Amino acid sequence: MSTENNSRPAAGATPPAGGATESEPIKAIRLRHPWRIVFAVVLVIGFVLFIVDAAGREAYKWDFVAKYVFDRRISEAALNTLQLTVYSMVIAIILGVILAVMRLTPNPVVNSLAWFYLWVFRGTPVYVQLVFWGLLSIIYSSIDIGIPFMEPWFSFETNAALSTFTLAIIGLALNEAAYMAEIVRAGLLSVDKGQDEAATALGMTWFQTMWRVILPQSMRVIIPPTGNEVISMLKTTSLVTAVPYSFDLYTRSRDISAETFTPIPLLIVASIWYLFFTSILMVGQHFLEKRFARGVGAREDRKIDTMSGTLTGAVPLGSGQPTVVRPPGDGPPPTEPGGPR
Amino acid sequence: MSDATTPSAAARAPMVLADRVSKSFGSNEVLKSISLEVKHGEVMCLVGPSGSGKSTFLRCINHLEVVNSGRLMVDGDLIGYRETGGRLYELAPKDAARQRRDIGMVFQRFNLFPHMTALENVMEAPLRVKKMAKARVEQDARALLARVGLADRADYYPAHLSGGQQQRVAIARALAMEPKLMLFDEPTSALDPELVGEVLDVMKGLAKEGMTMIVVTHEMGFAREVADSLVFMDGGVVVESGDPDEVLSNPQHRRTQAFLSKVL
Repeated sequence: MSTENNSRPAAGATPPAGGATESEPIKAIRLRHPWRIVFAVVLVIGFVLFIVDAAGREAYKWDFVAKYVFDRRISEAALNTLQLTVYSMVIAIILGVILAVMRLTPNPVVNSLAWFYLWVFRGTPVYVQLVFWGLLSIIYSSIDIGIPFMEPWFSFETNAALSTFTLAIIGLALNEAAYMAEIVRAGLLSVDKGQDEAATALGMTWFQTMWRVILPQSMRVIIPPTGNEVISMLKTTSLVTAVPYSFDLYTRSRDISAETFTPIPLLIVASIWYLFFTSILMVGQHFLEKRFARGVGAREDRKIDTMSGTLTGAVPLGSGQPTVVRPPGDGPPPTEPGGPR
Repeated sequence: MSDATTPSAAARAPMVLADRVSKSFGSNEVLKSISLEVKHGEVMCLVGPSGSGKSTFLRCINHLEVVNSGRLMVDGDLIGYRETGGRLYELAPKDAARQRRDIGMVFQRFNLFPHMTALENVMEAPLRVKKMAKARVEQDARALLARVGLADRADYYPAHLSGGQQQRVAIARALAMEPKLMLFDEPTSALDPELVGEVLDVMKGLAKEGMTMIVVTHEMGFAREVADSLVFMDGGVVVESGDPDEVLSNPQHRRTQAFLSKVL
């Protein structure tokens, strides 16, 4: 259909919607939100007052904050905290995926094992677990690997083999794995059952279905709460003093303040570093979420595309069938009953 | 349409043989002693009101549902079990998976893998299940997509395809395993009316090439035109079966008459 023809129905007494002449873009006066502005002004005033007050307050000791924020001991401790977070989260995620898959297998033995793990590690405080890991060498002075009641293949002293740093990572990771397992499980369960069936009908095994079909789709659901867990882990590392590991950011700054008698500025220093890392992690999370949203939520683009492609000329907008292109002048729009046929 | 039972095919075991198949979900008996036979190259349409057990029966054929009693054989193989010395042994998951390879299934809701492109969807099973070489699989997959008229959509994700296109990809995905039997579970019920035709056309093409097909459908026109036999199910039993033209134009049973008067 050509554009010249469109002018015919538009010239009639009742031009159908979307006629030949384009309608003007809407120029309306924007709705005002005066209370938002009032609230923002109050907040800004309050914040400025707080800053001005804090800058002058003796107890903050800003000169100490400036002095210690890039102190070598602090920055090294910050690096340790970051390492603790990354290592324990990597282990926790891997273990969490394994546990979640174990909980969903049809195998009742594996299933119960995973359930038991979750019961123990979610049921006790992480601080208590970390203390236990610290006491490992007292409970088990040597670790033997081999067949029970036989000469072990390997044997090593617990104290020598596992540093407090390693124990801290083990403690944090095993605890976190229990929470990760629940997050992953929720993700796996969120995938439509039809996906399972389609993969099974194709002859894929249970494991192939899980690994190739279900797990990748569940990532979209798993990643946001996992990002939270990483951020939470960054802060939980401050508990490793229970092991006792004392070279993380929080314990280090406490130790320094114990010598200088300036706890408040050093807490501020630690907070600055925690906030810095958290901000970086948030950016990383944003990009991961984007990556795994692939193939989802792109439908809108297509819709707009078909709309502009077919909604031409005299097609009544209210007809409910945008794909049917009617020739212009072919009867009145359906909203007008009793028109000539 | 044509009589696909050549003398040699008739001598073989039927493609699908159901012998007094029953299935219950709890106390709800969904299939009550279903017996039927599908020959090699035959196209059978299963029709009936919703809840009549058509879909459940279809899902039993590839062991997505486990039957409670009776036997289901596909091409001479007992489905889900191994019979030795008069006793039944449950099949190991990998053996059950092996049986399913030869049975293609197309779902009402397409069930394409949304995180893979159309091409990847079609390639997945031959790559992972048959462990065939990638170059070969890709070549075959592109040919299959061309066969369902979607050669130019190979790199689209399902979300970017229309319902009809998605269902055609799903058919190509099932065909990629070179099945000897295709099961269609209401393949056009989730489609907009104007998209039904393109899917039915692909299925007609398959039927013409001699694929054995069982189609659960409400498309009576398709049944009349393509099917070799038509089975009407209601309340978990086969009420009436026979030549589609005959059943549709001259139904013998009251329940068939009542159903057809509503859908035709």
